[in-house]
Amino acid sequence: MAAVAGAGSVYPSGVVQARAAKVAEFARRNPTVIVSASVLLLMALMAGFAHHLASDPMALDPAVRLKPPCMMETFGFESRTSCRGWFGTDHLGRDVYARTVFGARISLTVGLAVAALSTTFGLVIGLLAGYVRLFDAIAMRVMDGLMAIPSILLAIALMALFGSSVQNVIIAISVPEIPRVVRLVRAVVLTIREMPYVEAAVSSGTRLPRILLRHILPNTFAPLMVQATYVCAAAVIVEALLSFLGAGTPPEIPSWGNMMAEGRVYFQIKPWMLLFPGICLALMVLFVNLLGDGLRDTLDPRIARRMR
Amino acid sequence: MYAYVMRRVVAIIPVMAVVGIFVFLLLHLTPGDPAAIIAGDYASPADIEKIRARLGLDQPIHVQFARWVGQLAHGDLGVSIFSNLPVTKLIGQRLEPTFALCVATIILSIVIAVPLGVFAAWRAGTFVDRATMVFAVLGFSVPIFVIGYILMYVFAIELRWLPAQGYKPLADGFVPFLRSIILPSIALSTLYTALIARISRASVLEVLTEDYIRTAHAKGLSSPIVLMRHALRNAAVPIVTIIGIGIALLIGGVVVTESVFNIPGLGRLTVDAILHRDYPVIQAIILVFSGVYVFINLLADLAYTLFDPRIRY
Repeated sequence: MAAVAGAGSVYPSGVVQARAAKVAEFARRNPTVIVSASVLLLMALMAGFAHHLASDPMALDPAVRLKPPCMMETFGFESRTSCRGWFGTDHLGRDVYARTVFGARISLTVGLAVAALSTTFGLVIGLLAGYVRLFDAIAMRVMDGLMAIPSILLAIALMALFGSSVQNVIIAISVPEIPRVVRLVRAVVLTIREMPYVEAAVSSGTRLPRILLRHILPNTFAPLMVQATYVCAAAVIVEALLSFLGAGTPPEIPSWGNMMAEGRVYFQIKPWMLLFPGICLALMVLFVNLLGDGLRDTLDPRIARRMR
Repeated sequence: MYAYVMRRVVAIIPVMAVVGIFVFLLLHLTPGDPAAIIAGDYASPADIEKIRARLGLDQPIHVQFARWVGQLAHGDLGVSIFSNLPVTKLIGQRLEPTFALCVATIILSIVIAVPLGVFAAWRAGTFVDRATMVFAVLGFSVPIFVIGYILMYVFAIELRWLPAQGYKPLADGFVPFLRSIILPSIALSTLYTALIARISRASVLEVLTEDYIRTAHAKGLSSPIVLMRHALRNAAVPIVTIIGIGIALLIGGVVVTESVFNIPGLGRLTVDAILHRDYPVIQAIILVFSGVYVFINLLADLAYTLFDPRIRY
């Protein structure tokens, strides 16, 4: 029996097979979610094990400044003797490949942290605004005002004041995202609070915190998860952009935005310094967005039918 | 109708008030001495004192706020700390390139995105439709500065069709002017086009299931007429809404695009102001851009009545 069910499994074989079938069925119906999640997982692993995959991203070697990528040699762009590293080297002779792999860490950290921070704050404010009239009136005016400021501009202004550090980048990107999350959560709360089962809970004397936590909170999870994914994608772009403009991650840290900022000067003659981090940035954002679309289609078929 | 316009205009007041208070408080919200923050890391105590006195930071905060609002009411946005010029003058100098870039982008985006969205909805499920959706996802995902550099590499550096960077004012002649803003406006329009195309498609797709569309087809009208006159018109409200909301993305994008293509507009002014910590300029730019954004969304709201006579307020 144990041999049939597989080593260490506490379930009878039928359950295991049913589960495997369920997973396979989910994968067949939602290829976008599976593919994009796998690619992102791979990127995260590469970033996590960057030390094993690449040399020191900070190591300077003035002897090999601005050498073209060996990857291009394969397509016959430049002479074989002068190439250095997979993605070439930058103006200080640092390995662009190593810096690109390490740069993924900053993008992933900022993306995930901003998604977590803005959904947490947005969730709390949104729940309260949806249920407490007075708080709603004040909070929503403030949120409307914040939303009237273009988000990149707001993030830039906050960075100009805070000074550059990864932590400040996370805060500066989160602040403009919070109002959007608040609106989403509030809209869900306003619909759910009119539901008969909430009325029943209220009339049977359930206290407000319990209503919010047990009856309303779970309904916000699906839309929040989709929104968090989109927030993550936006945060990755905005981080790169802030660094690119010189108001983001401190310049000594290898991030894609910083690399692109350094590559600007040499772009017309040595485009690889800018193109490789740029392409990686675009790919990461693309797969995060695809994951968001996939989750939306999976979690909310009603919206999906309208959007697809 | 008149009451509706008035109500919408009045609704702007609290929004702009919050923006104003927020912009004013920005400097005071940060930990530490605002004068020291503006002065930078290498300022002497005397420099800090000078800035404090010039900006009136030595006065109580409500006095500062009243003074600031009073100045705004007179159209005075303050004086730049870095260049000592009035901020209104600085903004005036930089207005043309940004305005040209935005107008070109908006026209380009709408002209491409709306027909694309309508066509994709009409031929839902076909190759054209799939391609449109792939383009929409790509447009959302590839950051403007990456697109900008790729365009520059292909069309300016490799093919040498267009100038790589810089801006030629309209006064230098129309053709050089146009050539200088083609690549920037294509780069800037990708995100906006993707957004509008996606919403246009979704909106038209929903309308196409309505009975009156079938009736229009049944009475023998050609497909283009049905699509344009019946479908698009009824689908217009969400499209106009997203064009208005998308302006926020466009404004953010302008800052980046101008940096990539070296265009001396408001976006570059913003970036320079940040690098110099020129606080009055940052404040003024946020106010002006937010004001424009709110105003355009007001216009979008008012435009609903033009597209959809059913909306009566």
